Amino acid sequence: MSTELEILKSLESEAIEIFRETAATFRKPVLMYSIGKDSSVLLHLAKKAFYPAPIPFKLLHIDTTWKFKEMISFRDKVVADDNLSLIVHTNQEGVANGTNPFTSGISEYTRIMKTVALRQALDLYEVDAAIGGSRRDEEKSRAKERIFSVRESGHRWEPRAQRPELWRTYNPKLAPGQTMRVFPLSDWTELDIWRYIAAENIEVNPLYFAKERPVVMRGSQIIMVDDERYQLNEGEKPEMKRVRFRTLGCYPLTAAVESSATSIEDVVEEVFQVKLSERATRLIDGANEDSMEKKKREGYF
Amino acid sequence: MQIPVVRLLTCGSVDDGKSTLIGRLLVETDSIPYDTVDTARQVRRAGSNIPAGEIDFSLLTDGLEAEREQGITIDVAYRSMSLLDGRRLIISDAPGHEQYTRNMAVAASRAQISIVLVDATKGVRTQTLRHLTICSLMGVQRVLVAVNKLDAVGFNEEIYLQIKSEIEKTLTRLDLTDVHFIPLSALAGDNVVQRSTQAPWYQGPTLLEAIQSWQPTQSASATARMRVQSISRADDFRGVSGTIHHGDFAVGDEVKIFPSNKLAKIGKIISGFQEEQVALETSAVTLVLEPEVDATRGDLIAAASEDLHASDRFNAHLVWFNEDALIHSRSYLLISGPTQTPVIVTKIRHKIDVNTGEQNSANTLVMNEIGEVEIATNQPLALLPYKQSREFGNFILVDRLTFQTVGAGMIRHALRRGENITYQAYEVDKAARESAKNQKARVIWLTGLSGSGKSTIANTLAKRLHALGMHAYVLDGDNLRMGLNVDLGFTPEDRAENVRRVSEVAKLMVDAGLIVITALVSPFEADRQRARSIFDDGDFIEVFVDTPVDVCISRDPKGLYKKAKDGQIPNFTGIGQDYEKPSKPELILDGTADTEANTKAIMERLL
Repeated sequence: MSTELEILKSLESEAIEIFRETAATFRKPVLMYSIGKDSSVLLHLAKKAFYPAPIPFKLLHIDTTWKFKEMISFRDKVVADDNLSLIVHTNQEGVANGTNPFTSGISEYTRIMKTVALRQALDLYEVDAAIGGSRRDEEKSRAKERIFSVRESGHRWEPRAQRPELWRTYNPKLAPGQTMRVFPLSDWTELDIWRYIAAENIEVNPLYFAKERPVVMRGSQIIMVDDERYQLNEGEKPEMKRVRFRTLGCYPLTAAVESSATSIEDVVEEVFQVKLSERATRLIDGANEDSMEKKKREGYF
Repeated sequence: MQIPVVRLLTCGSVDDGKSTLIGRLLVETDSIPYDTVDTARQVRRAGSNIPAGEIDFSLLTDGLEAEREQGITIDVAYRSMSLLDGRRLIISDAPGHEQYTRNMAVAASRAQISIVLVDATKGVRTQTLRHLTICSLMGVQRVLVAVNKLDAVGFNEEIYLQIKSEIEKTLTRLDLTDVHFIPLSALAGDNVVQRSTQAPWYQGPTLLEAIQSWQPTQSASATARMRVQSISRADDFRGVSGTIHHGDFAVGDEVKIFPSNKLAKIGKIISGFQEEQVALETSAVTLVLEPEVDATRGDLIAAASEDLHASDRFNAHLVWFNEDALIHSRSYLLISGPTQTPVIVTKIRHKIDVNTGEQNSANTLVMNEIGEVEIATNQPLALLPYKQSREFGNFILVDRLTFQTVGAGMIRHALRRGENITYQAYEVDKAARESAKNQKARVIWLTGLSGSGKSTIANTLAKRLHALGMHAYVLDGDNLRMGLNVDLGFTPEDRAENVRRVSEVAKLMVDAGLIVITALVSPFEADRQRARSIFDDGDFIEVFVDTPVDVCISRDPKGLYKKAKDGQIPNFTGIGQDYEKPSKPELILDGTADTEANTKAIMERLL
């Protein structure tokens, strides 16, 4: 086995162990399924962890109503193909108040439609452990997070009071009001994710592959105009560009990159060469230097 | 066995240039995205004197807002990079100050290699010895002493040699054998990734070379082991899932299950979606056993030939994490992988001065202290010495009320007296004795403030049961303190021991078929929970006699409240010590109500 595959095998085994710990020690875990590549890997690992038994928990998707159309169709196909059980939750109050990424302000929109929505869903379904696909290489405050990461009441993250986590001995116990976030992909890198997708032949969203798509420029960011709700400037017309996405989220807030990568192998090669961090294409993270930590303290994933 | 993912710990503080060293290592191995490097060129901390346009390497590693504001590292950060041979290196960056010893233990717990930074302008300091001590205790295999800031002392060899010889003197005591000393400058970039031209007197490896040359030492002929994480059930399928350590398992291997000691063969191995012939070390698999013997989460599956040496008594090193000090005789939850059991620290042999390595006598451990202790587990465990196995030699202690991780332990060895005691099952058992007495044996655990009315209720209840021809016995806290517990006072430790002894006596009596009524203040929830944990489900009936403290004070049948108020009794519950109300008692009695009514309420519960 090549060293590359050995690394993937090692990361895989640890992630499977984490899934099994979670299923064995929590009453009502959910897998946070956000439709992106990390979620695809997470789902694949969950299947492997319990095979031949089915995945013993539900999937949860927080739908802001501004996701790419192709994300929703992909999600529904995956759920149907594998006969999975999916919960979709939207902050209806946010929708009723007309919260949107254009006029509400990016950080307010994110707080209401993502953070608050997530908190609502976790409370509504009495989730005691939410399994997410976050990686430590994504962002500086994530680099400090535990694999089993306790949230205080109100889903607050207290970064200065994290539980010590040693060896592979995890403490799954929760005091009243606490919940757990679990990150089986903590030690994976973006390149690991793509190499694993290639090695395991995992189906991922078509938005990850280059294609002619209607886009407009916002500063240096390329934004795809996915539906008629996008607020164009006066006289502005989308132009067709060959682009793909490195991460998936709300389409008005997720920038594309120009690319010719049309296969998983192309993408692996591109990620290997590229020298910009992946979250650079996320408009919400750049708001200020510490924005991820702030969001996480409020309960964001 | 090849280890594709290597873990490295860095010890030192910001002043030693640690962040700069890690930042340089990452940037020069091309492990950091360009936009992140650009940010580190542009953003400056308050008071920074790094010239504009230069990289502030330390910004690449400090992640939390509070850390950036204060210019210190608070928690462990993890970063990945690739070694030149393709292996993965995960760097655990731990804070270096003494108040963060626990964070360093977190980072060290999985590291095979550590970098210990020494500032050449300051020489060896107490923190250096502390870092080496923790590396040794936590089982780090290779230590790289980075003698940093050599540019600031003109790359003077004498200074390097002085530091080296000073540290070498301590190494034997610390039991560290694979130690390298590397003269370098993180700021100027000498001997980190690039070889220095300033220190021609040094022929050894650069820091990166010394990291890359590490290979795991082959472990002695251990046999494969797997702890059961979960049972996998599907149509016509039942398997046990877990991760394999210490070796490989193959189809057809004879295994035994601990603690049941049942024997079986490995019939099938499922790895991912596939059936395999061999389950390799470190892989997460599901085993199908033939025959389908019973196994549950936390059980151990070992080669049938392995002599397990299970014990319920161990000597261990313990690192204490919590703001509340360790309480001797209090019950904690021990977790090791998927195994969980209640545990008591029975003895603190000594604590270790992490700065000097000296052993000092101690009767508790406070936050960030490390000690050698003896523990007694509720059930026998097949743990191994930590030096022999990190996987089967580690445990954490969890507080049974707050569920905080309060300590972490490394097994030194099992204690003989634990190994040689095996539970003897008798044929005339509790059920037989219960049926002879025609009653269900149980303990009624009355808890409440002094003067709340426990003894009165216990007495009335005992009379009522006796009148019905039932066999009951009252264990009264005050009476027992004249005999069995004459050596105990009222500190939290002594109260814990008091409750432990009474619960063990009650357990024997329940086993003898009696209905036991205890009347003890037993003010601490953790102690009561521990008492509950040794009884079978349903045999422990906790009754909270809820009487307001002012009512108890006005009753004051023994004149104790008065004495406590006069300062004659320290640690008196309700005055100097808190009473923790039971969170889930079976019954709550109003202590101001009629004794008859309260007794009746318990009787209804019993019959």
